[in-house]
Order: sequence, then C-alpha cells, then structure tokens
Amino acid sequence: MHISTDPWVWVAAILTLAIFTFLYKDNPLFKFAEHLFVGVATGYGLVIIYFNAFKPNLYQPLFVEHNLLYIIPFFFGILYFSAAIPKFSYMMRWPIALLLGIGSGLSIPLSFQTYIVEHTKSTILRFPYPNAALFINALILFIGVLTVLIYFYFSYPHKGAIGTISRIGIIFIMIGFGASFGYTVMARFSLLVGRIQFLLGQWLGIHTVM
Amino acid sequence: MIWIYLIITLLGNAPPRVFDVPNDGGNALRVEWQLPPDSLGKVDSMLILRKTLPEGKVDTVAKAFTNHPEFVDEGVNYKKAYRYSILYFIGPVQIQSKWSSPAKPIASWIDTRKIPLFILMILYTTILLVYIFTARKGRELYLRPIAGLEAVDEAVGRATEMGRPIVYIPGLSTISDVATIAALNILAHITKKAGEYETKIIVPVRNPVVYTIAREVVKEAYYTIGRPDLFDPGQVYFATDSQFGYAAHVSALMAREKSATNFFMGMFWAESLILAETGASTGAIQVAGTDAVTQLPFFVVTCDYTLIGEELYAASAYLSKEPLLTASIKGQDQMKLLIMVAMILLSLLSVFGVNITLGLF
Repeated sequence: MHISTDPWVWVAAILTLAIFTFLYKDNPLFKFAEHLFVGVATGYGLVIIYFNAFKPNLYQPLFVEHNLLYIIPFFFGILYFSAAIPKFSYMMRWPIALLLGIGSGLSIPLSFQTYIVEHTKSTILRFPYPNAALFINALILFIGVLTVLIYFYFSYPHKGAIGTISRIGIIFIMIGFGASFGYTVMARFSLLVGRIQFLLGQWLGIHTVM
Repeated sequence: MIWIYLIITLLGNAPPRVFDVPNDGGNALRVEWQLPPDSLGKVDSMLILRKTLPEGKVDTVAKAFTNHPEFVDEGVNYKKAYRYSILYFIGPVQIQSKWSSPAKPIASWIDTRKIPLFILMILYTTILLVYIFTARKGRELYLRPIAGLEAVDEAVGRATEMGRPIVYIPGLSTISDVATIAALNILAHITKKAGEYETKIIVPVRNPVVYTIAREVVKEAYYTIGRPDLFDPGQVYFATDSQFGYAAHVSALMAREKSATNFFMGMFWAESLILAETGASTGAIQVAGTDAVTQLPFFVVTCDYTLIGEELYAASAYLSKEPLLTASIKGQDQMKLLIMVAMILLSLLSVFGVNITLGLF
C-alpha cells in the first residue's frame, strides 16, 4: 500500500468522496463540493470561451487586424445585452432570429437527407435477398418503422386497428430503449470503475490496474 | 525490362486526361491516366504533378498507384486553369508524361443530384403552408390527446396540494435546438398553471441565451394570467455552463427544495439519468420530454410520464394552441403518411422485380 503524496491527488480524492456522500443524503460536504464544482466549471468555461471563441473569432480580426466586416457579428452579439435595458430588450430577438434562421437553413436539407431519405432507403424492401435471414431482418425493420411511424401520427386517435398498430409500434420503441439502456448503463459502470480505480490505485495505492 | 521501359516511355508521352468534377463548387478536377496491364507491379511509384496557370507553378499533388489510374484533385480553384503530368519511377529511371491540355474547374450553381431532395422539400413546405393558412383562417386542426400531457396538470396540482415548488429544466441545449423551443413553450403553459395556484416554479438554466428567454417566458406567463406580482427574478437563473456541474447543482436543488414535481423537457445528454434518478429518489412526480433518443430510456424508467421524441413538439403545439405549431405537426403527419405509402408501394413493386429509386431511395 503506497498512499499518494501528491496533494492534487488528495484534493481529487477528497472531492470525489465528498460528491459520493450524496448517496447517503444531502450534507455540507456535498454542498461544498457541488458549489466548488459549479463555480470552477463556470469560471473555466468563461476562460475557454474567451480564448477559444471571443479572442480568435472577434477580438483578433476586428480589433487587431481591423477587418471591419466583423462589426456585424459584434453588433449582433452586443444586442444580447439589451436584455438588461427594458426599453431596448426587444432587440435581443434579432441575434436569436439570425441564429435560428441560419441554423434552420443549414440543418433542414441535411436532416431531410440523413433522417428521412437515408432511413427510408434502408427500410424499403429490396428483392431478391441473398438468404432468408437477411429477408427476415429487413421485414422486421420494415414492420418496426411503419408501426412506429403510426404511433407518432397525431392526426388520428389511437383507436381500433390504428390503436393496435401503434401499440406494436410502442413495443418496438421499448425494445430499442431497452437495448440502448443496457448499453449506456454499461458505459456508466465503466465511469464508476474508473473513479474507484483512481481512489484505490492512484490515491491509496492498494490496487493498480495495468 | 527494356520492353516495359519502352511501353512506359511511349505511354509516358501520352498526357493524362483531365475532367471537371460535376456538381461541386469548382474545387475539384479528375485526372485519369492509362498503363498497360503488363506494367502492373513493375512501376515502383508515380507522382501526379500539377501546373497552375498562368503562373506556371508546379506542385506535386499526390502519390499515385498503378492499380487505380484515377485521382481527384480537390485543391484547385475555379478561377484558375491547371495542367497535369504523371512522373513514373521504374527502378532508377524516371519518366515524365507530357503535360495535359489546360483544364479549368467549373463551379456549379446547382447540384443536380439534390434535385429530388429539393422537390421533396418543396412538397413538404407546400403541405406545411396549406396547413398554416388553414389554421390561420381559424379552422380547428385535430391533434390526438397525448398521455404525458394530461399528467402535466396533475403534476402541477400535486405540487400545489403539497405546498412544495416545481422544478423545471428546459434541457441543456442552446436556443437553436427545436427541443429547447418546445420546452420553452411548455414552460409558459406550466408557469400559467402554477401561477393560477400560486405554486412556486424554479427554473435553473444551463445556457445563457436560453436563460434570458426562459426568464421572459416566465415573466410573460405571469402577466398573461394577471399576476405579475408572482414573478421573482431569482426563480429563473443561470446555474453553470458545465454539463455535470449543472447536473450536480440541479440534483442538490431537488434534494434541498424537496420539489413535489420535476419537469425535464428539451435536449439532454449523459446527465439525464443523474437528474431523473435523483428526482425520483426525492419522491417527486416527474414528467420528461425529449427528442434525445439515447436519453429517452433513462427518462422512461425514472419518470412517471415521458413525452417520447416528437410527442414533445406535439405537446408544445397542443399546449400553446399556436396555429403555426399545430399546422407544423399536421404537415409532418401528412409527410409521414406520404413516406409510409412510398415505402409500402416501392416494397411491393420490388416484390415484382421493379426497383424504383425516384432519385432518392
């Protein structure tokens, strides 16, 4: 057993344990770690935004290289602060509108291609199939997509045959969720294992994973 | 060996052929060359040389291989012309082909491959516009009831009965995310409901822009029900930009405030389970809604009601009674119907050996 002598390992270990105390109940130790985490994360985020976004994308081109085109984004950025002045607070909607407009224009064709065309293409049955297994797989996918689409059809009440089909659709959705749940829970466990390895290995020196 | 040298020398003199790559922004040229089949494995390596006109600057653009006599040069500009030559290495000998005729990349105004997609989008937009105009004329558009929505009023009522606050999380994404917009619409409805019963609603926000909008939404909701006095500037606040910092804060908030009801609406990532599990452990009734497919399983297991995917948008339209939103849902429904019909028809045709793609599928 070789307990770490690095003070930063001790800080990390104590903070990890402080966060874990929430498993018992809310307490001052957790409160301290939570506030520290929130504060440090916000401060860190601010510095990252300044150096990775504000400085190279606005300050450098506008104030150092004097590229006057950058006055436009600068102006729109400043408008966010109009929220603080009630008389001009409506101006805050301008950059938001610009952002939404550009975002929609760029993403709509891409979403159509990726989420509608490609999915439909993969779902349509294409005969002949090389073997029965591939056909069954394609048929399950075809039925699953159709029933799920009917579940998400909001213009007709889920009654009678439509109700039955949509119930089959929700079964497909839940099977998908189950698989996704299991997969992600495994990933979360690996995060927990990582933390425990840190406490036992790097901090206490009891167990070292090669 | 001499024979190979001879053939390469003869072919080497033949310049490569250069073609424009269609449907691009004029930034690519395709270079093709030919080698006799016997030379495969005997030419050690080849270099593609490019001469930019009018400067005459020569660059080596790529190393080529004999088994793939084609190369797409994506480092060109439609304002300039280019000539290409191939440099062959056979043992110690180097042979260079003649320079090709000048070729200029053409910038295409229209990507013809995307015309079917464009038609599909026009069709969708037309359907959408028809519904929007119908809704604006005042005709009521039917949307089926959504189970999770009925739970919203029940959840607000429970918080009122218990005298405890409601915690509302409008997702962790930015305002450009549709789920965030839907979450803000639902927030307006819930704030009005909570305001009618004077139940406190707490809205911690991760994104600064979403924070300013959420604040306005809550304020306006109180004004709408004639209770501007209920608005407390501290009830909607920016927590932190950090994903897990935010998760830690909200978890602690739910435990400390002992919220009776928690709403998780909008876009979520890996923090979803931390938030919803903590909320469930405090005994709160929880209603979630997200279009994040990977996070939905966690909400389904930890929340009392979950709005799955598009149900979130439908809920937003349903609650806001906004004609534009209701019409969008109707338009999407008709598009879904169209896709289902297309899938069934194209699959049936395929059974009879007719495989139609419509340039899309």
